[in-house]
Amino acid sequence: MSTEPYDAALHAYGDTHGHGSRLGYRIGSLLAIVLTVVPFWLVMSQPGPAPGWTAAAIFALALIQIVVHVVCFLHLDTRSEGGWTLLAFLFTAVIVIITIGGSVWVMFHLNTNMMPMPGGHMGPVR
Amino acid sequence: MSDTLLKTVFGRLTWESFPIHEPILLTTFIVVSLLGLGIVGAVTKFRLWGYLWNEWFTSVDHKKIGIMYVILGVIMLLRGFSDALMMRAQQAVAFGANEGYLPAHHYDQIFTAHGTIMIFFVAIPLVVGIVNFVMPLQIGARDVAFPFLNNLSFWLTVAGAMLVMISLFVGEFARTGWLSYAPLAELAYSPDTGVDYYLWSLQIAGVGTTLSAINMVATIIKMRAPGMTMMKMPVFCWTALCSNVLAIAIFPALTAAFFLLMLDRYVGTNFFTNELGGAPMMYWNMVWIWGHPEVYVLVLPAFGIYSEITATFSGKPLFGYSSMVYATVVITILSYLVWLHHFFTMGAGPTVNSFFGIATMVISIPTGAKIFNWLFTMYKGDIRFELPMQWVVAFMLTFVVGGMTGVLLAIPPADFVFHNSLFLVAHFHNVIIGGVVFALFAGMTYWFPKAFGFKLDEFWGKVAFWGWVIGYWVAWTPIYVVGLMGEPRRVHHFDDTSIQPYFVIAAIGAVIILVGILGFVMSIVMGFVKRKQLADVTGDPWDGRTLEWSTSSPPPAYNFAITPVVHDLDAWYDMKVRGYERPASGFRPIHMPRNTGTGVILAGLALALGFGMVWYMWWLAALSFAGLLVVAVGHTFNFNRDYFIPADEVTRTESKRQHLLQAGA
Amino acid sequence: MTDHALNARDTGTTWHLAEQEDHDHGGNGATVLGFWIYLMSDALIFASLFAMFGVVSTSYAGGPVPREIFDLKLVALNTAFLLASSITFGEAMPHLEAGRVGPTRFWLAITGLLGLAFVGVELYEFSHLIAEGAGPQRSAFLSAFFTLVGTHGAHVTVGLIWIAASLVQIGQHGLIQPMKRRLICLSMFWHFLDIIWIGVFTFVYLYGVIR
Repeated sequence: MSTEPYDAALHAYGDTHGHGSRLGYRIGSLLAIVLTVVPFWLVMSQPGPAPGWTAAAIFALALIQIVVHVVCFLHLDTRSEGGWTLLAFLFTAVIVIITIGGSVWVMFHLNTNMMPMPGGHMGPVR
Repeated sequence: MSDTLLKTVFGRLTWESFPIHEPILLTTFIVVSLLGLGIVGAVTKFRLWGYLWNEWFTSVDHKKIGIMYVILGVIMLLRGFSDALMMRAQQAVAFGANEGYLPAHHYDQIFTAHGTIMIFFVAIPLVVGIVNFVMPLQIGARDVAFPFLNNLSFWLTVAGAMLVMISLFVGEFARTGWLSYAPLAELAYSPDTGVDYYLWSLQIAGVGTTLSAINMVATIIKMRAPGMTMMKMPVFCWTALCSNVLAIAIFPALTAAFFLLMLDRYVGTNFFTNELGGAPMMYWNMVWIWGHPEVYVLVLPAFGIYSEITATFSGKPLFGYSSMVYATVVITILSYLVWLHHFFTMGAGPTVNSFFGIATMVISIPTGAKIFNWLFTMYKGDIRFELPMQWVVAFMLTFVVGGMTGVLLAIPPADFVFHNSLFLVAHFHNVIIGGVVFALFAGMTYWFPKAFGFKLDEFWGKVAFWGWVIGYWVAWTPIYVVGLMGEPRRVHHFDDTSIQPYFVIAAIGAVIILVGILGFVMSIVMGFVKRKQLADVTGDPWDGRTLEWSTSSPPPAYNFAITPVVHDLDAWYDMKVRGYERPASGFRPIHMPRNTGTGVILAGLALALGFGMVWYMWWLAALSFAGLLVVAVGHTFNFNRDYFIPADEVTRTESKRQHLLQAGA
Repeated sequence: MTDHALNARDTGTTWHLAEQEDHDHGGNGATVLGFWIYLMSDALIFASLFAMFGVVSTSYAGGPVPREIFDLKLVALNTAFLLASSITFGEAMPHLEAGRVGPTRFWLAITGLLGLAFVGVELYEFSHLIAEGAGPQRSAFLSAFFTLVGTHGAHVTVGLIWIAASLVQIGQHGLIQPMKRRLICLSMFWHFLDIIWIGVFTFVYLYGVIR
């Protein structure tokens, strides 16, 4: 990084932040379509509440699709920007997990510990 | 005029919104207006508007923006501190039959404004300002990565600060505490303009802070001088990097929480309400996901300042540089895992509380390691007890106490006793004054000659130092004591007269701090008066170790005529030891960004948008929002954003400095 | 951070860098990295909104539940629009790199139209829900739903304005270097919004309907 002004690659701008090949894009597009269609089909083919594995499956597919998009469309790899984009992405992923997971965990414990009140915020009302 | 027309034009703004019947506010208003008129008159008389606009307001130079941030922070410090004095005075007298001089309604606004201003418009601008000024110089860069964005960030912060100041005289500020907890901050319980002022000013300033943080991180990653690997970067830059990374990670949570509260108040959604499934504690949760790391956003650069000063004035490289860096990185990550300790008492249960309690205690380990690093840097060092170094020593003695009371509060059962007590208030003032504020004064004293070319007056600097240090201890020790006895915070009147002496002592402490603040202002004034005597021609008044001391004081617009190459952690010290010589020729034209007024315009429109939304003047809000869009998009149509400083001009500037250096030597 | 070129100590110390023209400001690289960091912070805004949604996702307050109000066919259509727009933006990129103005503008315009269709469908869905009495004020669940999906939609709208401005600017200046740099940022922004949408359709719509 520090030797950036020497870096001839910077002059040809595309080289530091690769745009991937056309092939990469095509593969990514294909995978993205499949990974979108399958969860929709899983849910739409069975009306009403589904067993737990359906939920697990669509979550897994979503995670895979996010990785596919990040790799094929955003061209995230270990080399671009000297690895800083990858580092930033991983850091963000950790923070996202802490924010969402932590909040849900904390609030779930609050809800189970405090007396449920019908119609109030303390417990889920269906 | 018909009523509907008035409502359409002015929203809920009426004559009653102006506090003409409150003598305290009216007097303040008159004094502030007279001062303001005086300044405007003076600027007009000396024909300075053009100079200010061209050289400062529209400047994209990181040094000038940094200085403007610091000026904003110091001005807002005066405002925030007058709030503090009023609170101390009220609490010193309001016992038994005496209701004090402030009605509860007014007192609540004051403690809310005090906290909000001190964190968002004093601590943040001062920290951002010092980082802005120092960091690019330390890494050998000519500016930040996005100079225009830097200017915009500053003016957005100003717009937020102005909105808070407007609330003093037009309408009211929030009475909900500095984080405006839901459900109290909901429309049902706070129907007036206070919370709206709070939300809009912080939202506008928050955008500025986030953009600035992105800018600083990109600068540190991409623009270090050749040879400066990450592990050869000055500690201050490391702490600036971690602090800004943390800011980027946490401000979204605050923005989202405020956004949702805004929706509750303006649209009628039910995020944090008591009805229809709302979850008020989720607001606390989101706000503290921001709030705790924010402490580290402020204190990490403070640690960086102490590190630079300790190394310089001990004449030694910093002890345990890499452990310092790792401690900083560890704090950055851990600080994101402790937020729940701010509301242990909400009832999440032992599992949750133990997790966050333990995480909080763990974070004191890297912080403690840093204290030892500074001590070992001083050990057997050739210590010069000049003003900046005195601040460092005072910091170590003060901050350690705050750290230990913090660990006390981290124990959930103990926290159930201390929660919401003055003990807590004393604790966080201990760490923020002892940790952050002392660092800011140390930093301002240390880098002042770099920014302006002369040192601060030493006598008044000492007054500032002793005023703050003695004042802090006199003001906050009694608060610790009454807090331990169980006095709650945010109380405007006490029944138990036996504790009055404590509050009287605390008020005396606040007055001593006032002497410290005035001493600092005087040290600038007297420094300016004696600027010939105190001048720094070498550019290196303290025998510094890092690159900012290799340029002139004040540095030229382009910072470095030729980009330096770094071989050692203490790059400038290394240069001095190994017989570096200044280049005298071979200068090339330097590519620089052009000044632009777009930042000021966008921030002005944001201010109008905020004001319109606060007062329900929908036409103003809509117009200024449309204006924001048009100006922002319009700005992208301008591709002509830079220019070259010709090589002759660089040569002229550099040879002038060469003469000065030779004359000095 | 490899210091090639810095073997100064062997040859007598170099203190200064004889610099090349035009690269004093971090160049293009800082822009793309800076924009990437901005996207990360935007992702965290969405993370907060997802967390809010997660916490109140069953707080129906006696109001409508997801199964009653979500029309998955409409969501599927919308998802198709957005995914297709991501793919068409991908088609524009090789032309952009090669500097071919015509095809770049063509694919960019197609992307914009697909984005417009997405926003249109979303507005239709919202107005339909509000008309049914399932507006954002009805329950915390609906508040969170409208806010999360609406914030995403607002981002797409910003993207549309950006695309429109870019189409004009390409016409004015051609694909000069700063223009290319901006379009690379725009493509990152657009793909980023598609990634957020994966979270939305999975956790909000699909999971909402089956739970």
